[in-house]
Amino acid sequence: MEPYKLGAWEISQKIRNRELTARECIVSFLSRIDSLEPKVKAYVSVLREAVLKKAEKIDKKVKRGERVGMLAGVAVAVKDNICTKGVKTTCASKILENFVPPYDATVVERIEAEDGIVIGKTNMDEFAMGSSTETSYFGPTRNPWDLSRVPGGSSGGSAAAVSAQEAPLALGSDTGGSIRCPASFCGVVGLKPTYGLVSRYGLIAYANSLEQIGPLARGTYDCALLLSVIGGYDERDSTSVNRAPRDYTRSLGKDLRGLKVGVLRELIGLGTDEAVVKAVLECASKLEEMGALCQEISLPVLSYALPAYYLIAMSEASSNLARYDGVRYGYRTEVDLDWNQVFSKSRREGFGAEVKRRIILGTYALSAGYYDRFFLKSLKVATLIKRSFEKAFQQVDVLLAPTMPLLPFRLGEKIDNPLALYMCDVDTVPVNLAGLPAVSFPCGFHQGLPIGAQVIAPPFREDLALQVSFAYEQAAAFKGRTPTL
Amino acid sequence: MALSKRHISKEEVEHVAWLARLELSEEEKELYTQQFNDILDYFQKLNELDTEGVPPTLHVLELVNVFRKDEVKPSLPPEEALANAPRKRGRFFEAPRIL
Amino acid sequence: MKIGLEIHCQLTSLKTKLFCGCSSDYRGKTPNTFVCPVCLGLPGSLPVLNEKAVELAVMVALALNCEVAPQTFFVRKNYFYPDMPKNFQISQYDVGGSIAIASGGWVGFLVGKTRKTVRLRRIHLEEDPGKLFYHGTIDTSPYTLVDYNRAGIALLEIVTEPELEAPAEARAFLQKLRSILEHLGVSDGGLEGAMRCDANISIEGGGRVEVKNISSFKDVERALTFEIVRQRDLLKKGVKIQTETRHWDDVRRTTLSLRVKEEEQDYRYFLEPDLTPVRISQEMVELLRSRMPELPDARKERFLKAYGLPEYDAEVLTSDRAMADFFEECAKLYDKPKAVANWLMGDVLQCLHSLEVDIDQAKLAPQYLAEMLKLMDRGDISIKIAKKVLWEVMKHGKSPSTVVREKDWWRITDLQTLEGYIAQVFKEYPKAVEDALVDEKTIHYLIGKTMEATGGKADPELTNALIRKKLSQMKKGS
Ligand SMILES: [Zn+2]
Repeated sequence: MEPYKLGAWEISQKIRNRELTARECIVSFLSRIDSLEPKVKAYVSVLREAVLKKAEKIDKKVKRGERVGMLAGVAVAVKDNICTKGVKTTCASKILENFVPPYDATVVERIEAEDGIVIGKTNMDEFAMGSSTETSYFGPTRNPWDLSRVPGGSSGGSAAAVSAQEAPLALGSDTGGSIRCPASFCGVVGLKPTYGLVSRYGLIAYANSLEQIGPLARGTYDCALLLSVIGGYDERDSTSVNRAPRDYTRSLGKDLRGLKVGVLRELIGLGTDEAVVKAVLECASKLEEMGALCQEISLPVLSYALPAYYLIAMSEASSNLARYDGVRYGYRTEVDLDWNQVFSKSRREGFGAEVKRRIILGTYALSAGYYDRFFLKSLKVATLIKRSFEKAFQQVDVLLAPTMPLLPFRLGEKIDNPLALYMCDVDTVPVNLAGLPAVSFPCGFHQGLPIGAQVIAPPFREDLALQVSFAYEQAAAFKGRTPTL
Repeated sequence: MALSKRHISKEEVEHVAWLARLELSEEEKELYTQQFNDILDYFQKLNELDTEGVPPTLHVLELVNVFRKDEVKPSLPPEEALANAPRKRGRFFEAPRIL
Repeated sequence: MKIGLEIHCQLTSLKTKLFCGCSSDYRGKTPNTFVCPVCLGLPGSLPVLNEKAVELAVMVALALNCEVAPQTFFVRKNYFYPDMPKNFQISQYDVGGSIAIASGGWVGFLVGKTRKTVRLRRIHLEEDPGKLFYHGTIDTSPYTLVDYNRAGIALLEIVTEPELEAPAEARAFLQKLRSILEHLGVSDGGLEGAMRCDANISIEGGGRVEVKNISSFKDVERALTFEIVRQRDLLKKGVKIQTETRHWDDVRRTTLSLRVKEEEQDYRYFLEPDLTPVRISQEMVELLRSRMPELPDARKERFLKAYGLPEYDAEVLTSDRAMADFFEECAKLYDKPKAVANWLMGDVLQCLHSLEVDIDQAKLAPQYLAEMLKLMDRGDISIKIAKKVLWEVMKHGKSPSTVVREKDWWRITDLQTLEGYIAQVFKEYPKAVEDALVDEKTIHYLIGKTMEATGGKADPELTNALIRKKLSQMKKGS
């Protein structure tokens, strides 16, 4: 079998057992990338030379009988808003087109410490602002299941790369659904960790209080594996929680008997595509067959999550993105004028339309006179949402909901209507406001397009969410299905 | 197309864009004003919810007193500090003139 | 007239910056070598708070009689400027349930001989921006050079109520504040740019004018005086003073307009999501209080008791930590503290002013002053010579006895030598001698001339006696 078809765990096992060399694997992925990238466009950059050198190093280690890490020889695609030392990190923006970080994000260091190999940087919505990967300065990524459709976003490149077998593992970031949305659209597993579980050091901020880096993989086991590598305390991130490291693969395989699953009524309600509702309800029945106890749960306040999320995210973004002024790094306009004009022009020329939209709206929401009405109000709504989840978790162990209210849509279909695009995030954002973990996994197909369900768990109970996803995956009729490309 | 001023006027968009140091073209100002009114109209939905007496979520985690020790760590190698600068002069970053 | 001050003090006793591990010892270093992803504001970097900075801030709050907040937050102050690595400053502000580390408080100080108290509004921690350099001056430079070595240095902002009523009061207040901070050992005001100040002034019938970029306490008085004269001139001409922000140009010693009210800043404060709240327990406050060193007011009380100094002297000396230290060192070596105080507050201070140095950087060591005072006591030098010796010591750093020896400034007590000088003077001023023979009161002219002839080295009493003796001999002889 071609190595690119293997999962991450299989690859590292085979390399460790000398059934495969890291070099063979990397070469296999590079040629897969070469043949598919013209169609899929998942990557912004591919680290051709560097990865071969790293692979050879790992092969030498194996040969010498030295200990190799959990991700030995495994190619990992990294979203292009995660800093990689000496490798361009662009956020898919013109303003950072040539930015080369002088340091690695903590998650990258951890992957490399486990002998994983960063194979390339993946495409995304500019500064992670979008749900379709269409706002990328480098052009959109395509959905591997249907190239005329979007892969979801903002981690569309990461999801598409994993789905198209251009990498077994990928890192994404999830501010309001940016891992789960593309995981759902591309038919892969993606996890948004509890806020504070994974270090944000090196993640180029969109909305700091909401976002986490998380893993994407074709299967739950690999997803759990990558989470085990990247999770854990980091003294460089003040919001990182100091907890003992955990191996998330260990809870997989536990049966679901007695597990109480709440099906979120509001998220399968009005406006959700019928095919999605059907698939999620079928998923719930399947879980019941496996011994889980499903019940409907209603959290009415969740219908206020979307505006609260956007107001908080845009406000933080307006401040986070102020640093792009063309003095220390990034794009600078050619004209020589005073600083106000040079800053204004550099930012005008460097940012895309959606980024500008969010910066201006965020600036507005924070400005004197609107702060209480918009920003502060949103923070209060966040409190209500967090409380309502806490109450729900007194009744059930996990919650089940659709990841997206609709099927992958066509490129260009929504891009001209910002509000319509924002509405797509209605099911994913509540989790970010409450800082909870959630896994999106494939729960069915409709007309050849994947549908994702998400399992939401209490804080730091990623193990529970992964347990459900893994159990369902083992029983799913479409297990192992991949897109034809 | 005629613009109905509901939440934000074109002049306010201009002012806020200035606060954010974003130059906008006339077309952008028109388009954004319209889009912002649609979006803000939807955001008004929050007003339906009574949040009287509800504390804002300042941090979703209940972490406090996260500190580091006052110990010196290495700074960036000199060549890396300026490596990404669009313009530099000697060891300085070159910013635009002030006035 | 109302003057309010916003003082920015670097916490210079910290080894690192406020939110990163870069060394804070940036002065005189190659530009942009003390920077890292955090203080350069590189995308993806995150701040982590320096624990020691919080402790020092609490100590300052206690020393300034403030109320320490049980829980405090950091916020982002959003505004663009070329010295800002992130175009927001991590600071503290009372917004959305967030409060600064301390509020209230007061500082008592002496203006001339009048006691004055100024209330403080709040104290908060924030990060210093980078430093800008111009080709020429700010208004003509074709570009701006930025050094971020200073960016991220821990600053304590201390905001007063607008209760100061003259530039000299502002200066006296700042002097006392500096002394308190130096006694605490948190900030060395002698370091360039370690204590800076923005001032707002409103004079009757005018708007509030804020003057930024006053980079030393010495310039505060200058900038305020300039601004008051400017505003009064405008008022006289019937021009209304508009609310605006002005820039102090310390080269030309003028202020120039940066922005007027219409463009008033909207800082869009909100909680810094990358930092956690800081909780300051009562136990921590008490622990820090117990570690506090002696402060100027307590030291002043001690000076009154231990050295028997008058209140004014004790206040003046303790308004400057280095001066107070010098005094105590010197008083150990020389047992007339009042004499030491007089010299310090008189001639020494005058020398320091004209040499433009602080006492801890001066070439005068406490043992030199003590030695000089002893030389005087022994009659080896006159007071007039002592003043000259002081100058020499302060200029060249030589000990007083070396100076006196090298310059041959010993007091002339040898009768023969002195009689020689007197004979010479009598010869040169026969008219004066005649006068003195008639009217004894005019003898002082001859004494003065003799002193002059000896370069001040003659013992005045001996000279007096010898001249009288000589005159009476002449009377007898005639
Ligand atoms: Zn630094």
